[in-house]
Amino acid sequence: MNIELRGISKRFGPVKANQDINLQIRAGEVLGLLGENGAGKSTLMNILSGLYRQDAGEILIDGTPAAFDGPGDSIEAGIGMVHQHFMLVPVFSVVENVILGVEPTRGADYLDLDAARAQVQNINSRYGMDVPTESLIKDLPVGIQQRVEILKVLFRSADVLILDEPTAVLTPQEVEEFFGIVRALRDAGKAIVFITHKLHEILEIADRVSVLRQGEIVGNGDPSQFSEADLAEMMVGRPVSFSVGRGGAETGAPVLELTGVSLFDDKQDSRLSEVSMMVHEGEIVGVAGVQGNGQTELVDAIAGLSSIAGGGIAFCGADITGQSVRQRHQMGIAHIPEDRQKSGMVAGFSVAENMVLNRYYDETIARGVQIDWQQAQQQAAEACMKFDVRTPNVFLGAGSLSGGNQQKMVVARELERPVKLVVASQPTRGVDVGSIEFIHKQLVSCCEQGNGVLIISSELDEILDLSDRIYVMFEGRITAEFDNRRRDADRNAIGLAMAGAGGTRAA
Amino acid sequence: MTTGTPSTDRRLRELLAPSIETRGDMRELVMVPLGAVVLALVIGALIMMATSVPPATILQSFVAMADGALGSVNAVSETLTAAIPLVLAGLGIGLAFRAGLFNIGAEGQMVVGGLATAVASFSITGLPTIIHLPLALLIGLSAGALYAGIAGALRAVTGAHEVISTIMLNLISFRLLDYFLRQPYIQKEGRSDPISRAVLESAELPRLLSFIDPNMRLHFGLFIMLAAVVLVWWLLFRSKLGFAFRISGENPDAARYAGIRAGLTIVLAMMIAGALAGLAGATQVSGVLGRATPGFTAGIGFDAIAVALLGRSHPVGILLAGLLFGGLEAGGRQMQVDAGVSIDMISIMQALIIIFVAAPLLVKQVFPVLFRKRPDRDRPKGGANG
Repeated sequence: MNIELRGISKRFGPVKANQDINLQIRAGEVLGLLGENGAGKSTLMNILSGLYRQDAGEILIDGTPAAFDGPGDSIEAGIGMVHQHFMLVPVFSVVENVILGVEPTRGADYLDLDAARAQVQNINSRYGMDVPTESLIKDLPVGIQQRVEILKVLFRSADVLILDEPTAVLTPQEVEEFFGIVRALRDAGKAIVFITHKLHEILEIADRVSVLRQGEIVGNGDPSQFSEADLAEMMVGRPVSFSVGRGGAETGAPVLELTGVSLFDDKQDSRLSEVSMMVHEGEIVGVAGVQGNGQTELVDAIAGLSSIAGGGIAFCGADITGQSVRQRHQMGIAHIPEDRQKSGMVAGFSVAENMVLNRYYDETIARGVQIDWQQAQQQAAEACMKFDVRTPNVFLGAGSLSGGNQQKMVVARELERPVKLVVASQPTRGVDVGSIEFIHKQLVSCCEQGNGVLIISSELDEILDLSDRIYVMFEGRITAEFDNRRRDADRNAIGLAMAGAGGTRAA
Repeated sequence: MTTGTPSTDRRLRELLAPSIETRGDMRELVMVPLGAVVLALVIGALIMMATSVPPATILQSFVAMADGALGSVNAVSETLTAAIPLVLAGLGIGLAFRAGLFNIGAEGQMVVGGLATAVASFSITGLPTIIHLPLALLIGLSAGALYAGIAGALRAVTGAHEVISTIMLNLISFRLLDYFLRQPYIQKEGRSDPISRAVLESAELPRLLSFIDPNMRLHFGLFIMLAAVVLVWWLLFRSKLGFAFRISGENPDAARYAGIRAGLTIVLAMMIAGALAGLAGATQVSGVLGRATPGFTAGIGFDAIAVALLGRSHPVGILLAGLLFGGLEAGGRQMQVDAGVSIDMISIMQALIIIFVAAPLLVKQVFPVLFRKRPDRDRPKGGANG
């Protein structure tokens, strides 16, 4: 099945989300769709999956114009979307999840689970997906859950698969296996739209690439004719430097030291066990790992958000195990939280209010029991300028900023004051390339001033680019440590450690 | 990015200049409640028609309602008198709501506060008004705060949801009131029914309009109410504590991240809410009723929930909503007298207003013209925050 988008335009108020977009999606081909957040990828795909209606232009399916009145029509037409966030019922089996909504029945209205099972198994083996169809979703690793999502759209006889940022949650090895499945699907004649912001993935998997910027297609072609730098420049509109240069800062005394830290969750399951690590002055330390292997708990323990069950945390030589969040903050620990929307900001508050979210009691802002809002606004405005937060003014609700600007706002709040240690959790998640570069530079310059920086990220590239030393976390433990001062850590070895293979701990 | 000083200064000025869009949509804030009131009146009329009230009587009842709410000095006095406890208790509910707490217990907090004030007002003797009155009110306020503090502490320590615990505390307060009203040191001498002794003159809130007519009930509580509006506004939008409340209410995860202690915030917010409700009960006893009787709160603490919702938990909004509900109350009584339409009609209309406020989309669809965007328009007036 071939799809052609002709002159698609879509506006939201004054914002041109899509402007005269022409795109061809062909059977037996992987189309890489590259673009920053807010470039219009989602809008375009939502038009294709029937959630939005275009203002102008048409969608041709095998040459005939199609009109979608809702997602149902689009699925009917054979277009399937695999979302970044899985939509699965954890306590249902794979088969039950796959057939949910389109259950095969026999007789009056009996669920024909046997027929369903056979059909799912058939798809499963045809594309080498290797999914245990009788297991419950909650018992399966994320990589397999993703395949279940793909099974779902294939079960609905999709010929066109839209994969939205599919590799965000996978280890490098899982990515390889995933690419294998994508190739199998392509070779079976499916048309695939692969949405990503990771340039090397485009180069590896895409047969054609289209780059979106500010709602317009700015480049089309065969990926082999582009370099990563070319693609990045197309995407951002200016040259982008990938590795952030930095002077060889001397590492000094330890800023953060964890010794044998253990932590249990509410259900008394172990989340961290015997975690020991160090961050020195003038050093960037990275923590690599697949999401959900204890990174969140690690950051919570350092920031004081959860109390540890065993071990100790020292900051600049002093034990801080018993200190509160606020005390640690005042000592000079900056914390960039992993999910800005969830805990790093209040969407309904203004930029100025968000800029003082965790230091409104500070003597530079508070006058007795009152907050000096004028002072806070002044400081917020200065921080916005210094950290390039693009907002018309500081009174705007922070929720209406773009993801990149929200993140820069959080980074500004945390780095604008004197700190000794920065704990940056997923500092560039869901952030456009331009902002990623900016945030990385800020972290590096913070380190160059002699502070310790701890970066926790599921983006291995980010860790490899920035860190002097790398810890790998797996199932709540530090399973490996790598020296990366010359930026030469073994990517493959790290990937294996992320997957839990081999427990080599150097140093 | 800007470099050079002049452009830097310009950018800084830009960042500090509030623009129209960022002022929050004042139109929506004002128009939704207004539209809701109009719709409620219309549906109220339809209900009257459906119950075969003749159109002339319907018209007459609306005229009587307006007359009873605003038609004379006495009418205005009645409206304001009814608004005082509604606004005070509504402020408490609105403040708790801003902190993410749904305080259903204003009624019980009023009972406890009113009762405490009543007891303090007749059992303490020999004090001049200037000391006795504030003392009696303060005791009522504190009693309300402590009573609400129970629900706050239960939530903070055990996680018991405040909706459940405040409802239960309401029921307990009603029985406590009945019990205490029969105690010899509280019950009026020579009476067998539960009724308290009368508030001493030195603890009465002075009536404001007695120079016109001694029967006009408007009392000094009006100024207490206005002061409370200002105080709550300051607390929410200017103080450190209020900022912590608002963060906790809007995003508890962000509050935790910002080092705000959830338990303490919950207890404090509940106590301040209870203090305001307690004060509502106290002013009602020492300004209007002169004694405590079973059910003296008359559901005001529940109506105040509606007032807080209608006022969108903003002190000024709550003031306006309280005045509206006070007017409906006063007007409803007149309506019953003049047009013979049951005062229950007023309860129905109050309920309808709340339904429409809770469903802004409905109001927008009925009155699309009120919400049309006019970006070229000048700055909307007023409104600093919220």
